[in-house]
Amino acid sequence: MAALQTSTLEALKKDQAQLLANWYSSLEASGATRNLKEQEVKQQTSDFLQLIIAGLDAGNGSNVAASGWDEIRQFLEKLSRSRALLGQNSQQTANFIFAFKGPLFAALQNHYQDNPSLLAEQLLELSELLDSLGMHTIRTFQESREAVIKRQQEELLELSTPVVKLWDGVLALPMIGTLDSQRTQVVMESLLQRIVDTGSEIAIIDITGVPTVDTLVAQHLLKTVTAIRLMGADCIISGVRPQIAQTIVHLGLDLQGVVTKANLADALKLALSRLGLSLTKAG
Amino acid sequence: MERIPILQMGDFLLVTIQVDMHDQLALTLQEDLSERISRTSARGVLIDISALDMVDSFIGRMIGTISGLSRIMDAQTVLVGMQPAVAITLVELGMTLPGVSTALNVERGMKLLQDWVSNQ
Amino acid sequence: MTVRSSGTHPIHIEQDVVLARQLTRKLATECGMRLIDLTKLVTAVSELARNTMVYGGGGDMDWQIIEENARTGVRLVFRDEGPGIPDIKLAMTDGWTSGNGLGLGLTGAKRLVEEFELETAPGQGTRITITRWT
Repeated sequence: MAALQTSTLEALKKDQAQLLANWYSSLEASGATRNLKEQEVKQQTSDFLQLIIAGLDAGNGSNVAASGWDEIRQFLEKLSRSRALLGQNSQQTANFIFAFKGPLFAALQNHYQDNPSLLAEQLLELSELLDSLGMHTIRTFQESREAVIKRQQEELLELSTPVVKLWDGVLALPMIGTLDSQRTQVVMESLLQRIVDTGSEIAIIDITGVPTVDTLVAQHLLKTVTAIRLMGADCIISGVRPQIAQTIVHLGLDLQGVVTKANLADALKLALSRLGLSLTKAG
Repeated sequence: MERIPILQMGDFLLVTIQVDMHDQLALTLQEDLSERISRTSARGVLIDISALDMVDSFIGRMIGTISGLSRIMDAQTVLVGMQPAVAITLVELGMTLPGVSTALNVERGMKLLQDWVSNQ
Repeated sequence: MTVRSSGTHPIHIEQDVVLARQLTRKLATECGMRLIDLTKLVTAVSELARNTMVYGGGGDMDWQIIEENARTGVRLVFRDEGPGIPDIKLAMTDGWTSGNGLGLGLTGAKRLVEEFELETAPGQGTRITITRWT
């Protein structure tokens, strides 16, 4: 970055109040402050300007990835995250920075009236800096959105496959719908964790609601069963329909001694008997 | 030299692994255990790994070896408290520890050993 | 792809393998990696670091925290100037052993990570790069 004139920096410091006022008006005019608290936005513009001034004061160039700009990057990341949560799109969020350019250039134009070439140079420097910061904001905005979506996906996955306690020491996992790699993993992890949390010795995985079982799904199930055994519990697979049994035999899959039952009720009966319990009619 | 302590509880030996072991420490444990089983004629060994957040193939093999060794000396080994993330990783790694008995916790593990001994 | 931070860790003695595991745990935690993914990565590191020490005659682990397409990851390179692996296909088979007969094969470690690259030749050392994203 070519030397940012000290006088530019001085101009920024001197005109702060005016810059902030013009910036806020610009944001308001473009509708960027809709649904946002005025006080909050004004605070954000003020904080941002302080960080810019501090960064330039310390002699940092326009490479925004450098450690000298850590604070402002963190500020923008926080801003992006909060705007993403409020449902703003990335353009609106980046506009926060770009709307600053207008008032900034106007202020510098005023300051460098007699020196157009110096003005052009300084404007270019500051423009580069603001553009980079704007890009950073957009990128972190997208990351936040993706993180939100991912979290929601995981929550949906967990909700769609709840682990149910059938009895003291017996958990059931009714799987419904197609089993893909990611889903099976998430579900597997939550089942294993529940086993530890509840100290349940038997887990029944019910696949009545699973339309097809291919090699991959069978492998995932086997891995789950093995992991459960390593932890010290046992697993019964229930809901194995004739078609699925056929598929498994055709694919030559070895269920390695995994106990299977045609339905959940039979699996529960077996689980209870393993725990030394039996059901008798009252009276 | 540091070693992992082995506690004696009646006919059984209890080992609680709580540190990130380097290979030599694991081998030393293996040796110490076989020596103790022989010396005390222990009938059972309980290995508690509830504090371990990682078990790799080396430690997995050590556990398998201890299980095999103790069986030869007429003692049963039970591995207890494996954490879910560790279990998933071991399975992915291809280590299924066949022949190693497992239990959810020390209490259940002890019961398993007691049942085994009384059924002898 | 940008490198957020990087460093190198020597692997010459047993304690280095333990330290490599702890360092990896720290890096993965910093990235916000989920426990299960972190555990897989640390375990893979344990396997590969041990290989470097036992078969490679010692070497180094280069680490990087990287960012690409809005996600963060940990990339590790295990390199040594040892004898190299003569038959890669055999080495990648589960259950392959050499030296003291303690290896489980690189396929196991490969399954624990998302990206795995092996560069080796007899007499030219070995270089293994693994990556795990959050």
